[in-house]
Amino acid sequence: MNDVVLQRIDDAEEGTSLWQDAWVRLRKNHLAVFGLAVLLFMIVVALLTPWIAPYAYDAQNLDLGASPPSAKHWLGTDIFGRDLLTQIMFGGRVSLAVGFIATSVALLIGVTYGAIAGYVGGRTDAIMMRLVDILYALPFMIFIVLLMVVFGRNVILLFLAIGAVEWLTMARIMRGQVQSLRQQEFVEAAVSLGLSPATIIRRHLVPNALGPIIVYTTLTIPSVMLLEAFLSFLGLGIQPPQTSWGLLISYGAETMEEYPWLLIYPGLTLTITLFSLNFLGDGLRDALDVRGSKD
Amino acid sequence: MNPFRIFLLLLSISLVSCAGGESNVEKGNRDQVLHLGNGTEPQGLDPHVVTGAPENHLLRSLFEGLAVKNPYTLEPEPGVAESWEFSEDGRVITFHINPDAKWSNGDPVTADDYVWSWMRALHPDTGNLYSYMLFPIVNAEAFSKREIEDFAQVGVKAADPQTLVVTLSEPTPYFIQLMDHYSTFAVHRPTIEAHGKFSDRYTKWTRVGNMVNNGPFNLEEWLLNRRITMSRSETYWDKDRVRLNKVVFYPTENLVSEERGFRAGQLHYSYEVPVEKIPAYRELEDTPYRQAAYLGTYFYLVNTQRPPLDDPRVRRALAMAIDRSTLLRTVMQGTVLPAYSITPPGTLGYEPPKLFDFDADKARRLLAEAGYPNGEGWPGLELIYNTQESHRKIAVAVQQMWKDALNIEVTLSNQEWKVYLDSVSTMNFDIARRGWIGDYVDPNNFLDLYLSTGGNNNTGYADPTYDDIIRNKAPKAKSQDERFAAFYEAETMLMEQTPIIPIYTYTRRRLIHPSVCGLPSNLMDSLNLRYVWLDGGRTSHEEPCQS
Amino acid sequence: MKRFIAIRLLQAIPVILTVITVTFFLVRVAPGGPFDSEKAVIPEVKAALEAQYRLDQPLFSQYLAYLGDLANGDFGPSFKYPGRSVNELIGAGFTVTAELGLYALLIATVIGGLAGIIASLRPNTVQDYIPMSLAMIGICMPTFLLGPLLVLVFGIELEWLPVSGWGDIPGDKILPSITLGAAYAAYIARLSRAGMLEVMNQDYIRTARAKGLPEWEVVVKHALRGGMLPVIAFLGPAFAGLLAGSFVVETIFQIPGLGRFYVQAAFNRDYTMILGTTVFLSTLIVLFNLLSDVLAASLNPRLRHQYEVGGMP
Repeated sequence: MNDVVLQRIDDAEEGTSLWQDAWVRLRKNHLAVFGLAVLLFMIVVALLTPWIAPYAYDAQNLDLGASPPSAKHWLGTDIFGRDLLTQIMFGGRVSLAVGFIATSVALLIGVTYGAIAGYVGGRTDAIMMRLVDILYALPFMIFIVLLMVVFGRNVILLFLAIGAVEWLTMARIMRGQVQSLRQQEFVEAAVSLGLSPATIIRRHLVPNALGPIIVYTTLTIPSVMLLEAFLSFLGLGIQPPQTSWGLLISYGAETMEEYPWLLIYPGLTLTITLFSLNFLGDGLRDALDVRGSKD
Repeated sequence: MNPFRIFLLLLSISLVSCAGGESNVEKGNRDQVLHLGNGTEPQGLDPHVVTGAPENHLLRSLFEGLAVKNPYTLEPEPGVAESWEFSEDGRVITFHINPDAKWSNGDPVTADDYVWSWMRALHPDTGNLYSYMLFPIVNAEAFSKREIEDFAQVGVKAADPQTLVVTLSEPTPYFIQLMDHYSTFAVHRPTIEAHGKFSDRYTKWTRVGNMVNNGPFNLEEWLLNRRITMSRSETYWDKDRVRLNKVVFYPTENLVSEERGFRAGQLHYSYEVPVEKIPAYRELEDTPYRQAAYLGTYFYLVNTQRPPLDDPRVRRALAMAIDRSTLLRTVMQGTVLPAYSITPPGTLGYEPPKLFDFDADKARRLLAEAGYPNGEGWPGLELIYNTQESHRKIAVAVQQMWKDALNIEVTLSNQEWKVYLDSVSTMNFDIARRGWIGDYVDPNNFLDLYLSTGGNNNTGYADPTYDDIIRNKAPKAKSQDERFAAFYEAETMLMEQTPIIPIYTYTRRRLIHPSVCGLPSNLMDSLNLRYVWLDGGRTSHEEPCQS
Repeated sequence: MKRFIAIRLLQAIPVILTVITVTFFLVRVAPGGPFDSEKAVIPEVKAALEAQYRLDQPLFSQYLAYLGDLANGDFGPSFKYPGRSVNELIGAGFTVTAELGLYALLIATVIGGLAGIIASLRPNTVQDYIPMSLAMIGICMPTFLLGPLLVLVFGIELEWLPVSGWGDIPGDKILPSITLGAAYAAYIARLSRAGMLEVMNQDYIRTARAKGLPEWEVVVKHALRGGMLPVIAFLGPAFAGLLAGSFVVETIFQIPGLGRFYVQAAFNRDYTMILGTTVFLSTLIVLFNLLSDVLAASLNPRLRHQYEVGGMP
């Protein structure tokens, strides 16, 4: 038993080899590699959109109106005669940015907060988790409405507001992980070795809890993207003529019987992106699973 | 296969046959039960407390005013009052109440009921948002502003139980029309007082079992956010004419779901129709789609106090740069008519002036004269609208038209309803979307908006000459022609200054099952169920109804 | 354990009091009031309306008066629906939403849990990919896309099921429950797969396997208990999310539930209704979080031991 414990401490300290191992394992997972490739493609397209988009994003042709896919407009046009491909490309910039930035905000706050609460335990933990309960129970709708109104509407605020709502579950999960890890022998050993709490959290707890964190992150990105769509749909998010995938889908769903392409292509794009994210997240989880790797 | 055609096919299949049991419509046709889409859950059913179109439809079935509008002609016809006459100078109206008019508990409806009810409607404690409907009456406004305490000084008297005498401060040709508005309906005093003070809003007198009303239908069931069922009244004075046994009103906020419900045979009558579905419905043979002119104007408010909009040339340039016919043909699928002034055309025969048309060149010239040749030096403006799909569509298209015609940037900002209302009432906007639906058929209802003291002006437009025409010249006119000439003069002055940019005149669009008879469309969207019946054998609106 | 529950319940009181206080003052900051209307309101009328709802009093005394009413279980009258009490509105909405949520959660837990466990038994094989890909569809498809699609296929094209309503026509509860449950089924599938994989690598499972127990017994008797922990931790938040998320489903299917009331109240500035719903929901959320903690504790012997000796304050 002692050997195992010491070996784990070594693993955790040799961070570089851990990540190199993970990368090797990840490359063997075809789905994950595919996911990574699709995601990188989406990001590159989003970054280059202003230069490579086939049309101006607000160029209308009212008399054309909603037209099905054609040689001129590969994915068809919306009711204003705007090129749907262009719309999806510009929408991707917003959706991906919201997804990644807001999730990062949530990740940063949630993991730090949850790890501290779980590690310190006792009264501090109780107070910290009651605060989470309070925030959970707050009507976030009004919270975001207020933010948008009082500080004026802008995209940065949208990221922060969504991130500020989404970190709560992350904190709970992290806390749960840390609590159970804390009772494991290798952490107790590290404590008895006299390592400082910050070091233990950073070196032992966070890396060992990475699996669930990554899984939950891959769950958070989609829900953040959907939350953005929901808010935009209520009129609290992106302002037209700017758009996002979520908005394109919700408009498309309204007219899916008449103009199905307006729903199918944005829906497909979002779905593919989210699938890729999830494949990648799973792959990373398996690749980073320290314990599993030693079998 | 073209998706449009698939949709058409689906439509026709589901309209003809309905698998899976008997639908509401089929069952309703047999039992004379009408199923109506009614927009939203009503705020309540107290005529002096609530406002809104869905509430209007419900209240007009439960209650009846002194005079009602004929649904075909909109001419006033007897309601609770069997007749009325005007005095020589047009300032005193004597209503003769029908002796057969009864409350649903059997009590007779009396002139005293009206005196008490109008006291309630006008009393500031009631908080009636529509109290101004009765302001043509002598001292009514003063009473509602607590300037006089004694209601006896207000010009409403019961000469005897059957005779109500109303004294107006000025001759008001449209006053009889107002008797069909729910804020002037009578309510049953003993019932209200049994459940609280007259001015209480938080009371249970409107609940099933408690409510006492005087209209063609009685409240039978009220399931919150689900449905309201009414059944034929046995005490209504004209009950022999009423042929529907029951009416079921559904709150149908989501238009797309409502349309699906209609197709599935759950509704006889829809509150709205999603614009994208209209072309397919128009293609149908025996289409259930009905479209009718509606007394309302959709427009943009301009804040005339903010540069560069303080320059009338800029405002006119903006108004002229909108290609309304293209906008409405495409985005609105040709369901509404372009508007060039505030009053809807044909309001009681009044035709508003048309001072401009779409003219991009002239708009550019005007903007150049104002100091922004080809949009150079344009400071940028914001257009606000409340969150709604159709407002967004129009704003997105108009934004681009302004950019194309004038090379100027206007950003869009949709705001949730209360924020939008706050922005409009405090004039915290550059340009704001607005709509106005007439409360009664008269140009005055639109033109008095822009009085310099008008609470709904919200543009900063103020012209003493304009005020004088609306306040004095028009009311004192000897004939309707003279009155309309005065309105025309005022409206021309208004539109020269362009504090508003008219976009379109509203229409009412509905899906109505062909079995519905006796329910004509009219300018006021006035739903009078007293005349309605269901003819299950009728398959097209073109066929005559069998009675 | 009893002590733990009692302490948590006591702790809930300041939590809920904070929620009330924050919400009370937060809603008042939002622009626009409950009596703003599209048509200008006469000042005398507005003043009378505000007086009738105590809005003319100083904010702090309004707050105290509200707390007083609340102590008597009275949420006050709704502003938007003048004849209705907030208690009545919540009662009407919640029975519907709770039923919808219950069906949805049931569908989610059974389908999601099964899919996750099946997938975790043979990671990175077809047995893993198929249920997980299906789960992914649930995650990747927003309810406002899935709902209309189900309506289109089962309601309009096949005409098997009603397209709207709740309890009006037989079968009208099926599509909304599936629509709402789908996303949660997917989440639960992923969480239970991750949780099971985590547990399957633990020493005690290896020990159990080494003892030669059949695989199903290892899974059912030993792994499930630990592997389902993340799912149970998720159920509390899931319930909260379900209540808030039911708004979209309630709108698509015209269901008279609490989610719709709540969002409308926010937009209408119906102060008492916003507050009442918030207090009601927060109480429920706190209770459900407590419940999921208790369940987690009773499944995890170590944590249970900690609670019993009073390791938690």
